[in-house]
Amino acid sequence: MIEKAFYGSKKYWIWILFLLAFLGLCFHFYLMQLNQGLTITGMSRNVSWGLYIAQFTYLVGVAASAVMLVIPYYLHHYKAFSRMIILGEFMAIAAVTMCMLFIFVDLGQPMRVMNVILHPQLHSVMFWDMTVLSGYLVLNLLIGWTTLESERKNVAPPSWVKPLIYLSVVWAISIHTVTAFLYAGLPGRPYWLSAIMAARFLAGAFCAGPAILLLLVFLVQKFVKYRVGEESIQTLSKIVTYAMSANVFFLLLEIFTAFYSRIPEDMNAFRYLFVGLDGHTTLVPYMWVSAGLAIVSLAILIPPQLRNNTKLLTVALIALVISTWIDKGFSLIAAGFVPNPFDRVTEYLPTFPEIMIVLGVYTIGILILTILWKVAISVKEKTTA
Amino acid sequence: MDIDKRKFLKVIGITSALWVGSRFTGGLSSVFGIGDTLDKKALADAGFEISKTLPDPKALIGKQWAVAIDLRQFKTPDDYKKCINVCDKIHNIPDIHTKQDVKWIWEEPYDNAFPEQHNNYMEGQLKDKSVILMCNQCEFPPCVRVCPTGATFKRHDGIVMMDYHRCIGCRYCMAGCPYGSRSFNFRDPRPFIKKIDPDYPTRTKGVVEKCDFCAERLDKGLMPACVEASKGAMVFGDIKDPNSDVRRILSNNFSIRRKPELGTQPNVFYII
Repeated sequence: MIEKAFYGSKKYWIWILFLLAFLGLCFHFYLMQLNQGLTITGMSRNVSWGLYIAQFTYLVGVAASAVMLVIPYYLHHYKAFSRMIILGEFMAIAAVTMCMLFIFVDLGQPMRVMNVILHPQLHSVMFWDMTVLSGYLVLNLLIGWTTLESERKNVAPPSWVKPLIYLSVVWAISIHTVTAFLYAGLPGRPYWLSAIMAARFLAGAFCAGPAILLLLVFLVQKFVKYRVGEESIQTLSKIVTYAMSANVFFLLLEIFTAFYSRIPEDMNAFRYLFVGLDGHTTLVPYMWVSAGLAIVSLAILIPPQLRNNTKLLTVALIALVISTWIDKGFSLIAAGFVPNPFDRVTEYLPTFPEIMIVLGVYTIGILILTILWKVAISVKEKTTA
Repeated sequence: MDIDKRKFLKVIGITSALWVGSRFTGGLSSVFGIGDTLDKKALADAGFEISKTLPDPKALIGKQWAVAIDLRQFKTPDDYKKCINVCDKIHNIPDIHTKQDVKWIWEEPYDNAFPEQHNNYMEGQLKDKSVILMCNQCEFPPCVRVCPTGATFKRHDGIVMMDYHRCIGCRYCMAGCPYGSRSFNFRDPRPFIKKIDPDYPTRTKGVVEKCDFCAERLDKGLMPACVEASKGAMVFGDIKDPNSDVRRILSNNFSIRRKPELGTQPNVFYII
């Protein structure tokens, strides 16, 4: 089946070459980091995690969001997703791979990464995060590849896939829950020390993931004849709407608890993000953009007559992705370290090499996604023609 | 010996299962606080010779080391400097003046050391006072709990130690430490060390480090360097021993600790 990736139009090959060339450029910056250390990033003693770990967090959500297709399709036999589901599963594979790479590029001693397996520490959430992420990667590869292969051969998928699919539903929830536990279990970081963290993560994931999937589908449909079907788009955008509403609701819950109790340490991170703390206001404009875009996206998504207009829907989804990305893919990590244990503010902004390394990892993800979707769409176009 | 494929796979399978199993029980025992004494006994019973390396007979032995810092005795800037400088010198701490600095022991104003004690109407002398900060050698250290490789671990004498050769530089311990006691080597520290002390290892880029209560000095029967330099302003001892110096000074003076509400049981006490 993989041979489908080796036959493509001129455009396909130009795209692949472009990705490889850009990856080469980004890799140069990773070599620089390998040589000089993480000093080339904007991270510091006080803000010791930055853009890498934030991307990891965001993409775990994207990966987990495949379950928003798996549940309706496999548990409720909702057939409208039949042309979309494989794209979601394959997107999850690309996302999990990027997650692992983002952890890898964040390590100070990457050549020692196997120590996590050689000396497993069952009390470390990071050990469990590694376990669930690699498990999820294997599950999606097995399920996605096998079901697609069966479809190509026009036979029913083997019976052992079913239990794996059910397992993958629970597993998808687990990857984002465990990722939330990475932060929510730390005693000295009030912004993260919240029982609602995992729920917030899942809500954010279930809107952002399908939104990215829809945007990518819209893009790819410009180049291929394959269509996922209008109904599946409408249903998925409904799912996005509910999840985004829950996401915003959960954020408001956090804000209420912090500001009605008036406990300074619970308010500080929110103050830092939305109005600035002790004169430090670097992230304030980003946060208001995030808040504004969240409102714009909901204003378009909630009324059905606006949501079902593809052009407006695209606008809403782009707004949603940017909004959730600023919240979870950037400020969540930096603000968790503000103020530091000495009640001081250290600001964080990524450096240029850091951004290039991030883009490099995204390029690998897009490369994987391109190849997997090429295979999937080639097979699907033949079987559904 | 005749080994067919089936047998070979069986042996490999059992050995690797045993290996993984032993790894996991190791991890579990560290959760429940069971030491490795059983393994040693089993080894000895099986006729294996166990390590012949013996501790220095002068080595200080305790169950949980702790220090009481008598802030009343820190009067001039020099009282702080002498404690900090000796540590920087003997531990090869790089002198980096950026946000990516490395520090094991340092000073902060009272308000920053104890932000939750903030009081607008506090007695002036204490308000402007500097406080010596270092790793709290917590009884229940969050950094050890979160470390994914066991590179940071708690010794039998309560010291939270670092294995610089196992640390992968994920910095989870820095997020986990509520006291900001940990530093990361964002770059090679060696060019920033004024004079390298060959008695203590320098670190490499990409690993985390922190105060280790001068474990290397305790093993030779010496007090931590800061305690020695403080000339009595810092009192060191075994907090589990009711007759230790540190227990005596704590039972006679009012003391506070940083963020005790987090339940980490910090072992650095401040007499104010």
